[in-house]
Amino acid sequence: MSAHEQSNHGHHDDGHAHGTFGSYMIGFGLSVILTAIPFWLVMTGYFANPQTTAMVIMAFAVVQIVVHMIYFLHMNTRSEGGWTMMALIFTLVLVVITLAGSMWVMYHLNHNMMPQMQGMSAHDMSQMP
Amino acid sequence: MASAPTIDPAFLDKDGKPLFHLEHEPHHPEGSSTMLGFWMYLMSDCLIFACLFATYAVLGGNYAAGPGPKDLFDLSLVALNTAMLLFSSITYGFAMLAVEKNRIGATQGWLAITGLFGLAFLGIELYEFAHLIHEGATPMRSGFLSAFFALVGTHGLHVTFGIIWLATLMVQVAKKGLIPANQRRLMCLSMFWHFLDVIWIGVFTFVYLMGMLR
Repeated sequence: MSAHEQSNHGHHDDGHAHGTFGSYMIGFGLSVILTAIPFWLVMTGYFANPQTTAMVIMAFAVVQIVVHMIYFLHMNTRSEGGWTMMALIFTLVLVVITLAGSMWVMYHLNHNMMPQMQGMSAHDMSQMP
Repeated sequence: MASAPTIDPAFLDKDGKPLFHLEHEPHHPEGSSTMLGFWMYLMSDCLIFACLFATYAVLGGNYAAGPGPKDLFDLSLVALNTAMLLFSSITYGFAMLAVEKNRIGATQGWLAITGLFGLAFLGIELYEFAHLIHEGATPMRSGFLSAFFALVGTHGLHVTFGIIWLATLMVQVAKKGLIPANQRRLMCLSMFWHFLDVIWIGVFTFVYLMGMLR
């Protein structure tokens, strides 16, 4: 048993955070709430303006991702000497560049390359292949 | 001129010349870098999904006069699917708590329940895909459907491999018990499984819920 205890000890020295029953239940409860509200908003059409709904459900998604990171993936600034957090921040920067950059470039491409489309409505655009 | 800087004797070889590597590499216990390495893999996987999300963001409005999200998606089915994945996340958490207490029976039980929730998720997703294809909404129909099947299908493929991995680990735990190597593997799968739930948050928000708002 001593070898096992030693390995467990070394394991904790790595700085991996472990969840407790309480922290998992908090994470689960928050996730259920943060999932149910966006579904309810969209299914009942609570906001008359779809743009408002889109903004609100995106905010809920961001909060829920943070909740999952903290309570399920046990992210913190200490594990592995901070390198997991550094990798996460670097990845988030790349994700934002990929998503925002693609949408920005393609919006302007559509806008500039199809002058004959100026008079078309968004619905007509959706008929394009 | 100032005297040459003194070098720690530990960094000098027998002849007094500086060493550019340590004589003895510091000992790393087996698997000590596995968790960081696996996290790096997950981050690179995250970039794959970022590209697929970007593709969907660009092509998601190109219906080619075909069906759009409002004609195709059934939000109550998606809500059920989301619940399956969320339940599987919490039951995997309970499995990890059982691992910490070194209880093999409880670990195997919670892993089995996690696997069943995962299979339920896959079953519902395959039912949805079969329904879409039956209605003629195949990946070949439009840019929107190509991007949709690529994104949601890649996530489903990850869940499939997660379930295969989970079954493999259950066999390993049954044969060898909760040895440190198996504990490490279970930690890796835990990160993988929760990571897939994080990606699903993006999928149900960005694809399904926002699709219904278009």
